[in-house]
Amino acid sequence: MHTTQPTRVGLTGEAAELLRRLTGIHGPLMFHQSGGCCDGSTPMCYPAGEFLTGEVDINLGDLRVEGVADVIPFWMSRAQYEYWKHTHLTVDVVEGRGSGFSVEAPEGVRFLIRSRLMSQEELKAFDLL
Amino acid sequence: MTVYAQPGQDGAKVEFKARYENWIGGEWVAPTKGQYFANVTPITGRAFTEVARGTAADIELALDAAHKAAPGWGKTPVADRALVLNRIADRIMDNLELLAVAETWDNGKPIRETLAADIPLAADHFRYFAGAIRAQEGSLSQIDDDTTAYHYHEPLGVVGQIIPWNFPILMAVWKLAPAFAAGNTVVLKPAEQTPTSILVLAELIADLLPPGVLNIVNGFGIEAGKALASSPRIRKIAFTGETSTGRLIAQYASQNLIPVTLELGGKSPNLFFADVAAKNDKFYDKALEGFTLYAFNQGEVCTCPSRALVQDCFYDSFMADAVARTEKIVQGNPLDTNTQLGAQASNDQLQKILSYFDIAQQEGAKVLTGGTRAHLDGDLAGGFYVEPTILEGHNKMRVFQEEIFGPVVSVARFTDYDDAISIANDTLYGLGAGVWSRNGNVAYRAGRDIQAGRVWVNNYHAYPAHAGFGGYKSSGIGRENHLMMLDHYQQTKNLLVSYSEDKLGLF
Repeated sequence: MHTTQPTRVGLTGEAAELLRRLTGIHGPLMFHQSGGCCDGSTPMCYPAGEFLTGEVDINLGDLRVEGVADVIPFWMSRAQYEYWKHTHLTVDVVEGRGSGFSVEAPEGVRFLIRSRLMSQEELKAFDLL
Repeated sequence: MTVYAQPGQDGAKVEFKARYENWIGGEWVAPTKGQYFANVTPITGRAFTEVARGTAADIELALDAAHKAAPGWGKTPVADRALVLNRIADRIMDNLELLAVAETWDNGKPIRETLAADIPLAADHFRYFAGAIRAQEGSLSQIDDDTTAYHYHEPLGVVGQIIPWNFPILMAVWKLAPAFAAGNTVVLKPAEQTPTSILVLAELIADLLPPGVLNIVNGFGIEAGKALASSPRIRKIAFTGETSTGRLIAQYASQNLIPVTLELGGKSPNLFFADVAAKNDKFYDKALEGFTLYAFNQGEVCTCPSRALVQDCFYDSFMADAVARTEKIVQGNPLDTNTQLGAQASNDQLQKILSYFDIAQQEGAKVLTGGTRAHLDGDLAGGFYVEPTILEGHNKMRVFQEEIFGPVVSVARFTDYDDAISIANDTLYGLGAGVWSRNGNVAYRAGRDIQAGRVWVNNYHAYPAHAGFGGYKSSGIGRENHLMMLDHYQQTKNLLVSYSEDKLGLF
């Protein structure tokens, strides 16, 4: 029987396609979810290791993209996660142009988070009940 | 009522070039790689010019020009530097309509705001720092009868500034005026969404500033912004934007051991105590406007009062009045002086706001008014417009905790003073806040108890020069808008001088 492991973060097909392309340009990648002003509340995509994560951050999941050798970790500050943890996140992509140092901006697109409430099973799996 | 002509049409106040190069050493310089990107006006969703796609090589050219100009500008007498700033202010006001139309077209905000706020405030900011630098004094400390420590203010030299898109000219000027006043030269990187209006200003004041004092390189963050922020050739970096980029910039600054100022936004609470409705008078009317200011600049303000906290015992009547006030907001052509709510600055902003409407409803927030994209007619049909929106819920919902940067307010009830302060401070951020009460003691105490750098008491969204502005908690480091910002752009030189002929006697 096939079972899928619950996740805290996923990708749309379009986002996966874009990540394949960006990996070709920049090499292995990572995400850090931003907060605050302007382009905040959106995920920032950096070359892996460019952004220093630390004890203040949590890895919400390692995203796998077909055709990309390295996983793409999705990070968020722990303080921010406290307010976000009951929601499942999906990285999507829309037309636009973010400022900030996210690698997709020159492509005329911007990563965007879609959210949904976690199911009871998901909340249980992540010890959130 | 006036409707300004769109740029490109007869009678337009501003004529954009077909293409903008970088502004380096007082002249236009083509980007070394020869690449450009299209600049879209959010008013129609169509491109109106193209702008240099600068890279590290262009940042180096700008740094060359800034370093060449820095020694001379830093030693220019403060009276002369102040005169330059005052002349810039005069030039801005002499071209108020031109700059206001340019800013509105680049950003999407209503012309009534650019005419009355963005551009006049920018001019006043130059005047304020012209005055502040002339009044600034060093200090001396008498160590003993023969020994004196003199403290001189010296410029840092060449500084980097990365500017947001919500007030493209005003936010640039908040950083440029103190930097110039203090005797620094600047390499400035505008936001990708609004790269043009600041270039219109740079060209307008070209004859007033020595070449190389102001250098502007456009481009994408990863290609130009990073090259500037991580350069060992700057002595300070200033940034307004979001937290991840803020951390990344601080990380680069730590590698170069240079100071950084950051303004990173917030989720500002706006508290309404029941006594505001004690009378249905001018003050009550002002408080309702204070609530509605969440829609100012389409909510694209770091201090947007995006969490309204309303006391339980008058919640229903106040919210009925507040919804009615929001529903009177005039949304339309941003070039019409009657328009109060214009376009969001970009499509990705629009999409982000719509994604928050989605999670708000999933979490059970109630939409009291608005809650959808606004569709305008004709030329404006392709623009990025959102209805002013009031959501009702509780402070643990994500729309109460995250900066949506749209004309959206999330409203919750509080029972008493302690409950109000507890909810107000239950946030990662601490940039702005508002307190509304007829009771001076309550208003004072709340103002002191809220953990935010700017608390407006019985007003909101005023940004006069001479009132310090900056964040607590995750909202940033530094205080703009005030002479204390000069400290962020100056070194202290201490001359420790002995006036004694006597040796120490140690050797």
